[in-house]
Amino acid sequence: MLPDQLRSKLREMIAGAESPREKAIDVMYAIQELQGWMNDEAMVEAAQLLAMSPLELEELATFYDYIYRSPVGKFVIKVCDSTVCWLEGQLRLTDYISSRLGIGLGQTSADGLFTLLPVCCIGYCDRAPAMVINKRVYGNLTPEKIDRILAQLAQKADFSGSE
Amino acid sequence: MKKLNSVTELTQFREQLLAEQQGIKKSIAICEGTGCHAYKSAAVADAFEQEIKKRGLEKEILVRRTGCHGFCERGPMAKIFPEKVFYFQVKPEDVAEIVDSTLVNNKLVDRLLFLDEKSGKRCAYQHEIPFYMLQNQVVFGNNFMISPRNIEDYIAAGGYSALAKALSGMTSVDVLEEIKKSGLRGRGGGGFPAGVKWETTRNAPADRKYVIVNADEGDPGAYMDRSLLEGNPHSVLEGLMLGAYAIGCSEGFVYVRQEYTTAIENLPIAIEQAKQLGLLGQNILGSDFSFEVKIHQGAGAFVSGESSALMSAIEGRVGEPRPKYIRTAVKGVWDKPSNLNNVETWANVPLIVNNGSEWFRSLGTEGSKGTKIFSLVGKVKYTGLVEVPMGVSLRQIVFDIGGGIRNDRKFKAVQTGGPSGGCIPEKYLDLPVDFDELSKVGSMMGSGGMIVMDEDTCMVDVAKYFTNFLAEESCGKCVPCREGLRQMKRILKEITEGRGKQSDLETLEELGAFMKDASLCALGQTAANPVLSTLTYFRDEYEAHVRDKKCPARACRDLIVFYIDPQKCSGCGTCRKQCPTEAISGDKKIVHIVDQQKCIKCGTCLQVCPSRFSAVTKLPGGPAPASVPYGTAVVQKTKGESK
Ligand SMILES: Cc1cc2nc3c(=O)[nH]c(=O)nc-3n(C[C@H](O)[C@H](O)[C@H](O)COP(=O)(O)O)c2cc1C
Ligand code: SF4
Ligand code: SF4
Ligand code: FES
Repeated sequence: MLPDQLRSKLREMIAGAESPREKAIDVMYAIQELQGWMNDEAMVEAAQLLAMSPLELEELATFYDYIYRSPVGKFVIKVCDSTVCWLEGQLRLTDYISSRLGIGLGQTSADGLFTLLPVCCIGYCDRAPAMVINKRVYGNLTPEKIDRILAQLAQKADFSGSE
Repeated sequence: MKKLNSVTELTQFREQLLAEQQGIKKSIAICEGTGCHAYKSAAVADAFEQEIKKRGLEKEILVRRTGCHGFCERGPMAKIFPEKVFYFQVKPEDVAEIVDSTLVNNKLVDRLLFLDEKSGKRCAYQHEIPFYMLQNQVVFGNNFMISPRNIEDYIAAGGYSALAKALSGMTSVDVLEEIKKSGLRGRGGGGFPAGVKWETTRNAPADRKYVIVNADEGDPGAYMDRSLLEGNPHSVLEGLMLGAYAIGCSEGFVYVRQEYTTAIENLPIAIEQAKQLGLLGQNILGSDFSFEVKIHQGAGAFVSGESSALMSAIEGRVGEPRPKYIRTAVKGVWDKPSNLNNVETWANVPLIVNNGSEWFRSLGTEGSKGTKIFSLVGKVKYTGLVEVPMGVSLRQIVFDIGGGIRNDRKFKAVQTGGPSGGCIPEKYLDLPVDFDELSKVGSMMGSGGMIVMDEDTCMVDVAKYFTNFLAEESCGKCVPCREGLRQMKRILKEITEGRGKQSDLETLEELGAFMKDASLCALGQTAANPVLSTLTYFRDEYEAHVRDKKCPARACRDLIVFYIDPQKCSGCGTCRKQCPTEAISGDKKIVHIVDQQKCIKCGTCLQVCPSRFSAVTKLPGGPAPASVPYGTAVVQKTKGESK
């Protein structure tokens, strides 16, 4: 069950729209913001709110890369695999992240902290190779820099976990 | 903020804002675009504010947190007005000195100025810095002057005066005609005349119509739309409103990709402020014109940038292209006539309405008017956003503005036009850049990405990269595109892995020609461009791969060979210890040897071999030179003989 507070926020979002389904992506983002991914239950509830059949919503969810239908880590690492980053050695860096976290593309680390995804150009090409983690961008990546970033994030997760 | 009820009130408001700024002697613009923000520019802005407050100078010196200044690589940047002095890579620690020297005592802080490597001189002012010297930032220039979160800045800089001009003295047809006369062509890739498209939507009979901003910016290598939208959202909104006025509609959308977080944060703020001032909503500036705009976020699909796919996405349907026989200009969102333009296209509109189509036509070439913002990226020395009049040569962009190739390497090609564009070789560097000239040499303008490649880039590998990319994006509906790309992929893989045949090159050309003619949509029709253009201009590289099994750029892993020169190896053992596959054998004072069977071409040995020996070389391929027998003693260097 979605929490009541979120549910009423979603209702409000949908009320402002021409037709409810227009808000499908926004609704799913809002749910993901709270719980990380779209589980079956959330899909059914969201579809209801949006006046769509679960199947229709499913179709949308599978089409878009950023709607997750399986659990993702606390930090979703989106590495750009587009031209400029590729030119600047992105393949080797992705391999490096993979081996550091022990996961392949599309997988989530055992501790549930990190998910690794390839994405299209993130518009940060002048600092290639680049990646986005949750809402922050990181550029001019090197193995050392990646070590630092991953360590920082792991620490942050630790910290918020103990709160 | 008080609602403005007429054009006169807007003018008065602007005058009032300017009057308030009378006492301001200097201002500092600090970029808080995504690029500089990552370099902690916010801390620099904070430091300026504190320092200025500490000295009680708030009434004289203004700090502005602005959008991108284009030269992100050197961020965080601070630009000081009115002198237009630029400081680069500013840290909070530098702030007190800047305030003391430049803002109070009119002296420059030398070490923070741009260092021109060619002349060895420091450049203080915008007109002295090569990166900016040749630019003409008519669209992008306001990014320096305004804070994207403060509509008053935009208004003070003349913002919304084009809208006011239209509402107070131009009919909708006047605005339409002005845009048509200007010759403005779409900046999103196609280069279609904007005014003509507007007119189609205007003439389509319907009770409701829509105008839409395409901020999906999918072309890899391009990010000007992001910088415009996050740095100067009102210019895009004002353009959109002028379009709506000319077309006769009162609703609009901005479709923006989810990755552009700063833009997604700044845009609602801009819309809200415009509403409060009565610049959006019912009866704008007291006129009959009403307009509302909604934001729609993407969710990660390249093809959603295509016009019909984008409209489906706005409706909450799967963002896939629809058949093209019904044009979106006539039947778009909810089957209503919908006019879609790119971010940069919209941002040009207020300038044209304000300055007139004659002014716009004075910039650019015969077939392509105005300026274009390019993102200059890749192996070039100075990367960033560059706005130049259409018709400036590639050489000027890459070498004069971009400073040439990084690390003293040689130029090889510049790739334009996104994934289905082409690679342009050195012999065309003097080509004037506009829509038509780029097409003539087998590439295209695309949305303005310019990816510079140097001698270490293998053009066959580049063709393979783009072919793989396009094969993933192909919707697979038509055979020529789907199968053509699949075959090309396979052949290119074989070539780069050393299994290519001479006949492969002809097969690639035939496939390319077939895809061009027989594919259904633009994706398939242009998907062969990367292969065809590299085959035309860099055929010798293909032949080296096929005939000699060599990669001249030393990039294709399966071909290159790491080799230790027995004359230079000192037997220090560094490489042997670091090689991940234990492919190197040797001993103290014994020449080291790479076992080619075990080598995985990681390049570690090349990196770690001490530069005073430089014994490891990367060879383009072919059989490795015969190695000395194991146990050969190293060549002893007599004192003083080194190099
Ligand atoms: C596969 C595909 C992707 C596209 N992506 C974009 C995009 O990200 N941004 C954009 O402005 N135009 C994109 N276009 C072009 C649009 O379809 C459309 O022509 C353009 O937005 C119209 O605006 P303009 O005339 O101002 O350029 C794409 C086209 C195709 C075929
Ligand atoms: S390239 Fe890598 S694997 Fe090959 S010899 Fe050198 S260090 Fe070893
Ligand atoms: S690092 Fe260089 S000098 Fe040292 S053993 Fe290896 S090849 Fe020889
Ligand atoms: S190509 Fe990687 S950010 Fe643009």
